[in-house]
Amino acid sequence: MKWSDAHITDVLVIGAGLAGERVAIEAAQEGHQVTILSLVPPRRSHSTAAQGGMQASLGNVAMGYGDNPDIHFEDTVKGSDWGCDQEVARMFVELAPVAVRQMSYWGVPWSRVAPGKRTLPDGVEVEELQEKAGLIAQRQFGGTAKWRTCFAADGTGHVLQYAMDSVVVKLGVAVHDRTEAISLIHDGERCCGAVAVSLRDGTLRPYLAKATVIATGGYGRIYGASTNAVINEGTGMAIALDTGAVPLGNMEAVQFHPTGIVPANILVTEGCRGDGGYLLDKNLHRFMPDYEPVKKEVASRDVVSRWMVHHMRRGFGVDSPYGPHLWLDIRHLGEEHICTNLREVHTICENFLGIDCVSALIPVRPTQHYSMGGVRTNKHGHAYHLAGLFAAGEAACWDLHGLNRLGGNSLAETIVAGMVVGERVTAFVREHPLHFSFSLVAEAVRVQQARLDDLRSRSRGSEDVYQLRKAMEETLLEKVGIFRTGEALGEALLTLTELYRRSQNLRLRSSGLGPNPELFAALRLPGMLRLALCIVHGALARTESRGSHYREDFPHRDDENWLKRTLAYWPEGAEAPRLEYEDVKITELPPGDRGYGGMPISGD
Amino acid sequence: MADRLLTLEIFRYNPLTPNIPPRMQAYQLRETPGMSLFIALNQLREEQDPSLMFDFVCRAAVCGSCAMLINGRPNLACKTLTQDLPDKITLMPLPVFRLVGDLSVDTGVWFRDLSLRTESWIHTDKTFEAQGLEERMDNPTALSIYEAERCIECGCCIAACATANMRADFMGAAFLNRIARFLIDPRDERPAAQVFEVVGTDEGVFGCIGLMACDDLCPMEIPLQGQLAFVRRKMALAGLWGK
Repeated sequence: MKWSDAHITDVLVIGAGLAGERVAIEAAQEGHQVTILSLVPPRRSHSTAAQGGMQASLGNVAMGYGDNPDIHFEDTVKGSDWGCDQEVARMFVELAPVAVRQMSYWGVPWSRVAPGKRTLPDGVEVEELQEKAGLIAQRQFGGTAKWRTCFAADGTGHVLQYAMDSVVVKLGVAVHDRTEAISLIHDGERCCGAVAVSLRDGTLRPYLAKATVIATGGYGRIYGASTNAVINEGTGMAIALDTGAVPLGNMEAVQFHPTGIVPANILVTEGCRGDGGYLLDKNLHRFMPDYEPVKKEVASRDVVSRWMVHHMRRGFGVDSPYGPHLWLDIRHLGEEHICTNLREVHTICENFLGIDCVSALIPVRPTQHYSMGGVRTNKHGHAYHLAGLFAAGEAACWDLHGLNRLGGNSLAETIVAGMVVGERVTAFVREHPLHFSFSLVAEAVRVQQARLDDLRSRSRGSEDVYQLRKAMEETLLEKVGIFRTGEALGEALLTLTELYRRSQNLRLRSSGLGPNPELFAALRLPGMLRLALCIVHGALARTESRGSHYREDFPHRDDENWLKRTLAYWPEGAEAPRLEYEDVKITELPPGDRGYGGMPISGD
Repeated sequence: MADRLLTLEIFRYNPLTPNIPPRMQAYQLRETPGMSLFIALNQLREEQDPSLMFDFVCRAAVCGSCAMLINGRPNLACKTLTQDLPDKITLMPLPVFRLVGDLSVDTGVWFRDLSLRTESWIHTDKTFEAQGLEERMDNPTALSIYEAERCIECGCCIAACATANMRADFMGAAFLNRIARFLIDPRDERPAAQVFEVVGTDEGVFGCIGLMACDDLCPMEIPLQGQLAFVRRKMALAGLWGK
């Protein structure tokens, strides 16, 4: 490597979605030099795909009057099935309203309260008060006691990301897009940056920083069917795991969203059900009230997804060439509502299903959507065991969501975490000078360069990256889904371990020169398989059912033994993670009944 | 229509191997029901040519990454279904933007530059009060801002624009729409005269020659003709009366 290629900065943020950009803004406002690396231009980040909204207890709408952070806290803890860190949840609910209002100040066109009476789809009449006119409007999402989800039509993530990025541009924060961090530079105690590959030309470059922040989002694309963008391959989590020092938390906690459309696996927002939409079976029967008389379609996502699969297993699914599905019915919400507040849903149905959802039913089924697990950090976002490394947003597990996240809490988390972690990052870089060893950096680059050279030389190996990848995706989809058993998980473990071995033996079919997609896929695959193995090992070991993790052979929540967080470490050269556990912090709300999702569901 | 044998003729060039000149390369592919260009291109890459460069991110027509010339017309590849195309499909990268390789172009840098040039952020002297209520806004205003804010910076309107193809400094419909977005936003305190300095020029709204391909081809169906007319009217007034 040439030292003139090295890029030196105060703060290195990996990932330019909402969490990463919010951290960057916090540090840049304090005068620190910030560099963001991103696979894609920031405004293409997966944050932009979030449709429905962002939870914050403003209490602006009739169905939300009296809301406050305490109620939001309780909903979040119940949603997490008591798996979350309650200190983090408390901090989060207090800051969410500030985050929403600051985004408004930065230009987000939140939908607003229009005063007057109206009748909801279930016949309830509500009146929006004149004194609340023009304040930020809120809609219902699953698992919440109050209507709390702030929204901008159904393009909430998009407008948040555009407003956030406008501040990044204004502050002159450097963004190196089409750049992927492929390893962290560290000595086992301190992280001082990352080695990155340019996706424009395939060259390597070290980025050296006082503080490094992982904000790369989730890993959805390791599953064969996911609502996630194709860039969500868990690269940030993988490089943190690769350090051997930093654990990933609760990787077995994988969220399946009830309404991915069939067959494209594109999400339609929870707002569809929050605004009054129904789920119907093949007989056009609205089945959710049978299972959840109180919450109906708006129980938490883990619960609704489970009932849907359960209902399909009982033979009530609609047959299709792509397997069984159910229907989402929003027709009764009316054209005006659909074409304004659910406009993106309308467009998605038009583009990818060729239907008009004003008059037609939408084919849906639960689809992999979100990773509650991620880089384990303390409540300030500082990664375990590696000074100078932070994580925020979906990539992190600081642990707001426990074993299940509530809809509308992820957008809110990205921004709140950005504020909190950004503040800590700023304090850290103020106190710590840039410090790195030349030989450490040179060695880190050499190791990665050797990986690239080896792949480009095509002198050994026989495995095809796309075939292995497909096998991984299908294994997770079939055996590590909504309903889990020890037997299926055991099979998945064997298959994935074998795939991991084979992934050490890849051979490119193309030259690997320049911005070569096969080369980049080959660089990522072993890390993706390590994440997959963390999920399976964690799921196999957790012999209980909690939140999204449902074991048919252990269908009850077991607070006595499993009020714990899984920590997965990957020792160098290992073929499996080392699992450790830590207690979940309960500060305010002791474990109790969620009020929905009665267990067990008999797995017939 | 299904089960056709499709021929995709794709522009190929890797700037890192300049000794291999730009060329069109033909691939054949069996059509499957509901096949989009997202599915088709990934299948080609995985099964036939792993070096093929193209960009997809959301594959749901909300992120703007995958715009390309599809049989000569700019559109998002992810939402283009092969059933709506003839047996032979020609794919070219968007013009105007710098080529990364094959079908991949650098829209990110272009859009960030324009964001800087037009200072596309809220300008206000107010400070943010963490403890106060949000500033009120009536919902129709919020919705009209959202209408313009729906732009996904895919670059179709730029690629389709005669002026943008002739002069590199033209802002194009995407940024004139962005200007409209800030003009109608009561939170932005820039006076029209200040906006005029940036936009009331040949690089801005007066460079438009009115062919309106932008309006025809916007994948988000943003009413660009109306937005352009709005900005032009505002700027004409600001030019006449300096306000």
